[in-house]
Amino acid sequence: MVIKKPETKDIRAELEDYPRERRSLIPILQKVQNEHGYLPRDFMEKVGSYLSILPSKVYSVATFYAQFRFEPLGEHLIKICHGTACHVKGADNVTDTVESELGASMGETTDDGQFTVERVACLGCCSLAPAMMIDDTVYGNLTRDKIRDVLEDFRGEEG
Amino acid sequence: MKENIEIKVGYASCGIAAGAAEIYERLEQEIEENDYPVSLTKVGCVGMCHNEPLIELENPGGTSFTYGNLEEDDAGRILESHIGKNTSYEDKLIPGKADYDYFSSQQKVVLRNSGIIDPEEIEEYLDRDGYAALGEALDQDGSEIIQLIKDSKLRGRGGAGFPTGVKWSFARDAGSDQKYLICNADEGDPGAFMDRSVIEGDPHALLEGMVIAAHAIGADQGYIYCRAEYPLALKRLSIAIEQARSRDFLGNNILDSGFSFDIDVSKGAGAFVCGEETALMKSIEGERGMPSSRPPYPAQEGLFGQPTNINNVETLASVPWIVRNGAEEYREIGTENSGGTKVFALAGKVERGGLVEVPIGTSLEEIIFDIGNGIEGSKDFKAVQLGGPSGGCLPESQLDTPVDYETLTDAGAIMGSGGMIVMDEDDCMVDVAKYFLDFTQEESCGKCTFCRVGTKRMLEILERITSGEGEKKDLEKLRKLAPKIEEHSLCGLGQTAPNPVLTTLRYFEDEYAKHIEEGSCPAGVCRELITYRIKDDCIGCTTCSQECSVDAIDGESGSRHVINQEKCIQCGTCLEVCPVDAVEVV
Ligand SMILES: Cc1cc2nc3c(=O)[nH]c(=O)nc-3n(C[C@H](O)[C@H](O)[C@H](O)COP(=O)(O)O)c2cc1C
Ligand code: FES
Repeated sequence: MVIKKPETKDIRAELEDYPRERRSLIPILQKVQNEHGYLPRDFMEKVGSYLSILPSKVYSVATFYAQFRFEPLGEHLIKICHGTACHVKGADNVTDTVESELGASMGETTDDGQFTVERVACLGCCSLAPAMMIDDTVYGNLTRDKIRDVLEDFRGEEG
Repeated sequence: MKENIEIKVGYASCGIAAGAAEIYERLEQEIEENDYPVSLTKVGCVGMCHNEPLIELENPGGTSFTYGNLEEDDAGRILESHIGKNTSYEDKLIPGKADYDYFSSQQKVVLRNSGIIDPEEIEEYLDRDGYAALGEALDQDGSEIIQLIKDSKLRGRGGAGFPTGVKWSFARDAGSDQKYLICNADEGDPGAFMDRSVIEGDPHALLEGMVIAAHAIGADQGYIYCRAEYPLALKRLSIAIEQARSRDFLGNNILDSGFSFDIDVSKGAGAFVCGEETALMKSIEGERGMPSSRPPYPAQEGLFGQPTNINNVETLASVPWIVRNGAEEYREIGTENSGGTKVFALAGKVERGGLVEVPIGTSLEEIIFDIGNGIEGSKDFKAVQLGGPSGGCLPESQLDTPVDYETLTDAGAIMGSGGMIVMDEDDCMVDVAKYFLDFTQEESCGKCTFCRVGTKRMLEILERITSGEGEKKDLEKLRKLAPKIEEHSLCGLGQTAPNPVLTTLRYFEDEYAKHIEEGSCPAGVCRELITYRIKDDCIGCTTCSQECSVDAIDGESGSRHVINQEKCIQCGTCLEVCPVDAVEVV
C-alpha cells in the first residue's frame, strides 16, 4: 500500500491554541485526525502529556467514539449511508456496487490507497436516498451508473 | 421597483447532494459572461427536497417562478428565457410556495426563514424581524419569559416532549452562579434531518432562541453539540456566531442590557448515545459518552457539575416566534396538550419527500398522502416508521392517528425527533425490525447488561427468522425479552430499543409467521429466503450477465439466460438492469 506516513514531528505548537483542560481532549483529537486522517499512537501520548492525562485514558476516550481511527486512511473516504431511508431505498445495493467497483470491502482501503469504504448511520439527506458521502460531498439519488460516474471522476482526477 | 432579477438557489446539504453547487456555478458563470442584471443568492432548504436542485427566480416586478429538478444546462436556458425573451422557461417550471398543494396544509414557524434568506448574512435575518424577540425578552424578567413559554405549551422536540417552560424553571430555580445552556444538535436518529436543515437554513433563529433561554434561566455560557457528519451546518453556525457577536447579540453586555452570554460549538465524534443528555455532557467534558442515572437531573447537577438546561434545536428555534407572537397564538396552532408545530423529515417510498412543518395534531394520512402525495410509483402503502430506533412502524389502519406525543405513543410509535420513513409493499417488516436492532446493538454503550446482551439476543433471533431458521417459540422469546430490556436499562437507548420489534409484531405478526412457517419473505427482501429467476421473456441481451458481480448468469447472446443458484448472492442487480422485465423474485 502506498499510504503516506504522516510526519510525527512536534505538535506542541499546534496544541497551544487549546486550554490545558480535560474538555480540550476531543477537539484536539479531532484536529489531529483531521490533519493526518487517523490518530497515530505517539500523538496520543503527546496529547496526554499536554493535558496531563494518562495515555491509556486518552486511548480509552478515543476508542469510545466511532469517528476516531487508529489506522491510516485512503486518500478519499467514502461513507455509504445505511440510515433508515437509505436502507429501504437500496443501501445494500450501493454497498455492493462500490465494493465490486473498488475491489475493497466495507472498512477496507483499496490496494492503491485511494479509497477507504465505511458505513454511516445517516447523512441527513434522507429524501435523496440512497446516498453516500465522499470526503465532504454528499451524492444522492444513487444508481449503479451514477456511482460509477462519481468514482470514475475521482479516479480520473488522480490519473 | 428593484432593478435586478433575483435568483435564490436552494443550497442546503440536500440541495448540494442533488447538484445545487453545479447549478450555482453555471448561473454565476452565465451571469458574469453575459453581464446579466441578476443577483444570485444561496438560501437554505425550502423543504421540497423531491424537486432538488431548485431555484426561485423573482422578476423586478415581484412575480416569482420556481424551477426544479434542474440539470446544469438548464441554468443558461432559464436566464435566456427570462432576460432574452422575457418569458418563463416552461420545461422545468414547477409550482411555487404560494400555489403548490405540498405547502397548503403546512405552517411555518421553525422553518419561517429557511429557503428564503441567505443564512450566511445576518442582515437578511434582521430584515425579517430577527433579534427583535431578543430585544423584547431582555426587557422582561426571566420568570416572565418562563411563564410565556409554559403558557405556549411548547414541548421538547428532541423526542421525549417534556414541557420546555417547566424545564427552564428548574434551571432558573437552581442555586448557582454558574449555569449552562446546551443545544442538542446531535440528531443521531437515522432518517431525521430537521435539525440540520434549521441550522443550515436559519442559524440565527437558533442563536436568538438560545440567548433568550439563557436570559430566562440565568446561564452565561452555552454550547451547541452538533454532529460531525454535518460540515455545512457547522460552518454556518460558526459564521452566525461571529456575526451575532459583532452585533452585540452575543458576548458581554448584550444590547446594553447588562446580561452576558456566549456560545461555543462542540463537534460530536460519532456516537449515537451522545444524543442522550447525560452522555452528551460527558462528551463535552472530554470523557467517554456514557449515560448516567438521573437524578441528579441536569438542572441540578449538569455540565461540569453545574445546573444545566438542555434543549433540542427545534425547541430553541421556536422560541423567538413565541416571544414575538405570543403564547396564545402558538398554543392555538397545536392540540390541547401540546402547542405549535412539528417539523418532520418525510422520506422513504413517498412521492414528495422533504422537510414538512405541520401543526401538532395533523394526521399521518394528511402528511403522507396530502403533502407527500402518497407512495411513489404504483405500489401500495405498507407502513410508516416514526421515531427512528426508539420508535415504531404503523400500518394503514393507524393512518388517522394525529401526530401528538400521547396519540403516537398509544399507537405504538413515538413522536421522536421527527423522522418519518414511508414504506411500501416491497419492504419487509421483519427486516426493518432487524435493521433497527442491529443499529441499537451497535450503538449501545455497553454499560447496562440488558441493553448490551439483551439486544444482541433479540438480534440473533431476528437474524434466524430472516434466514429461514426461525422457530415458532421465537416470537414468544422476543415478547419476553423486550420488557426486561426496557426495565433494566439506564437510558432511553435501551429503554426504547425493543420498540421497533414490538410494533412490527403487533401490526405485522403475519409477516413474521410467513418467515417462520413457510420460510418465505412476502416482500422479497430477505436474501436467504428468495430466489431470482429469468423468465421466458428474456431476449438474451447479455446485460445481466455482464453486470452480475459474481458471474452467476450464463447464456449465449440472443438466447435465454439462466441464473446459477449456487453462485447467486441475491443482490437483485439482474432484476434492476433487465430492459424487458424478464427477471422475477420467487
Ligand atoms: C439514545 C438517545 C439519543 C438521543 N438523541 C437525541 C438527539 O440526537 N437530539 C436531541 O435533541 N435529543 C436527543 N435525545 C433526547 C435528549 O436526551 C434530551 O431529552 C433532549 O435533548 C432534550 O431537549 P428537548 O427538551 O428540547 O426535547 C436522545 C435521547 C436518547 C436516550
Ligand atoms: S438515511 Fe441515508 S441520508 Fe438519512
